Amino acid sequence: MSADVDVVPAAAPRPQPPVARPARRRATSPRRRVVRWVVGIALVAAGIVFAYPFVWLISASFKPRGEVFDNRLIPKTFTWDNYVQVWQEAPLALWLLNTAIVTVLAAGAVTISSAMVAWGFSYYRFRGRGVLFALVLGSMMLPGAVTMIPTFLIWNALGQVGSLTPMWAHNLFGSAFYIFLLRQFMLALPRDLFDAARVDGANAWQLFWRIALPLSRPAIAVTLVFEVQAVWTDLMRSLIYLRDASTFTIPRGLKALVDAFGFGGEWHWEILVTASVITTLPMIVLFFVAQRHIVEGVVAGGVKG
Amino acid sequence: MKRRDTRAALLFLSPWIVGFAVFTAWPILYSGYLSLTDYDVINDPAFIGFENYARLFSDPKVALALGNTLFFTAVQVPAYVIVSLALAVLLQQAGRASGFFRTVFFLPKMTPPVAVGILFLLLFNGQSGLFNAALGVVGIDGPSWTTDGSWVKPGLVIMSLWTVGSSVLILLAALRGVPEELYDSAKIDGAGSWRRLTSVTLPMISPALFFVVVVNTIAGLQTFDEAYTAFFGAGNTTYANDAALFYVIYLFQQAFEFLHMGYASAMAWLLFLIVMIVTAIQMVVSRRLVHYEGASR
Repeated sequence: MSADVDVVPAAAPRPQPPVARPARRRATSPRRRVVRWVVGIALVAAGIVFAYPFVWLISASFKPRGEVFDNRLIPKTFTWDNYVQVWQEAPLALWLLNTAIVTVLAAGAVTISSAMVAWGFSYYRFRGRGVLFALVLGSMMLPGAVTMIPTFLIWNALGQVGSLTPMWAHNLFGSAFYIFLLRQFMLALPRDLFDAARVDGANAWQLFWRIALPLSRPAIAVTLVFEVQAVWTDLMRSLIYLRDASTFTIPRGLKALVDAFGFGGEWHWEILVTASVITTLPMIVLFFVAQRHIVEGVVAGGVKG
Repeated sequence: MKRRDTRAALLFLSPWIVGFAVFTAWPILYSGYLSLTDYDVINDPAFIGFENYARLFSDPKVALALGNTLFFTAVQVPAYVIVSLALAVLLQQAGRASGFFRTVFFLPKMTPPVAVGILFLLLFNGQSGLFNAALGVVGIDGPSWTTDGSWVKPGLVIMSLWTVGSSVLILLAALRGVPEELYDSAKIDGAGSWRRLTSVTLPMISPALFFVVVVNTIAGLQTFDEAYTAFFGAGNTTYANDAALFYVIYLFQQAFEFLHMGYASAMAWLLFLIVMIVTAIQMVVSRRLVHYEGASR
């Protein structure tokens, strides 16, 4: 893990507030040293609070049924049985595959379409631009509940309820938050570059595809990672649209397990714990791979928001 | 060239224009219409005027769900903001260790909410859960967080504090954006560290704080995943869970479990109204409290 994530991505031309000022270490007065100790202890304490549930979860997944609750960090009896059993009880591989398919399609679709729209808003000046962009921003405020039912009826009328299509296809039309994020980034790209390319005979699509898009890579990465996370964890849509266990995504599958091995009667915690570990791991891996971009993305999306 | 530009712009915007028409504008209109009907998906919608809206005000479960949701949001948002600000300040002071701890604080955000819901049931288990075990160490006899109605929401609030990661990052970025000179001149003027926090730091990061408050309020009013996972679903007959009946959960049940699509649409509009009112209040209050540097906004 990089020691310190630089908030300004290498290719970002956007002016940013000064970051990573030199560590303040001039005077080490006794008072300052006390402060540093207090900060350190508080951080470690908070870190333990945040990390412990993960460690606990992983540890519990290796405990036999009766010992899940024993709150030992190192299992008294270490067993792989839970993993074997989960694999037999639930088509986890299929659920992971479904989720992967939906996630790739959703993230790919939303990234390309949002980038196109963002480019349309950032490079071109045309009448009505302000009004249209206000509509984009306004639609971010609309609670999902308002559009949920008619959207369901659309997919129902198209005969797509029960298939994976409604899980991602709306993403072909862009998404307000990403349009906003990408537009902010594209606005800061140097205009001269595009004017020069136009003089050289580049058409509108080439400007976008060959110049703007590659230059926007940091913001694109953010969009991809955010959407992957959102789709991977999306419960409500999967509850609405998925009917058959063979089409379940991870959140829907996990919920089905809670219903079957929990509410259904006796709680089989070892199954639920183990399935949670298996389905969370891919996100953790993604996080470590894309850490830098996630941090930059939250920063870009948040502070400018 | 001007006209060609407009044409190109519209081509680039076309995905959004189509999507907005099909997945936003039409649903808004149709949802408005449905809210005036009785509709079960199978039979055609039957127009009933404002009956659904009248029913909203006499349905005790709507009142319950609304009360739960407002209570949860009112407790959760301040707690969430204070915790994320505290963590952000700590991270800012952390020097080289900051990257490591930032990762630790952010990781829970990457956990699927369903898994967080499962974790909640386990860690907050009244008899043998880790949370009460920890309370026991300091001599507190913890309540039954998952079965005692009056402790369910506080428990969910505490659990939600585990996922403050993204707010911490936003506030940290804002903290780092505060110019050092401001602190230096405040020091020269004799301001202590508390004074520097209230007179320099908080005003300077107030736009980011405002963003975090608004976004989390809107999200809080639409709480669903964790509570639904932990307290609702097929086979669950122990409905001691009225305490966790949040508005969107009830709306979801009305729409997709009982197929009362018209009534659920009316519920959606009430939620929209509430979100609007709450956001508007926050905007008005923010005008006094949020300090924007320059006029670039």
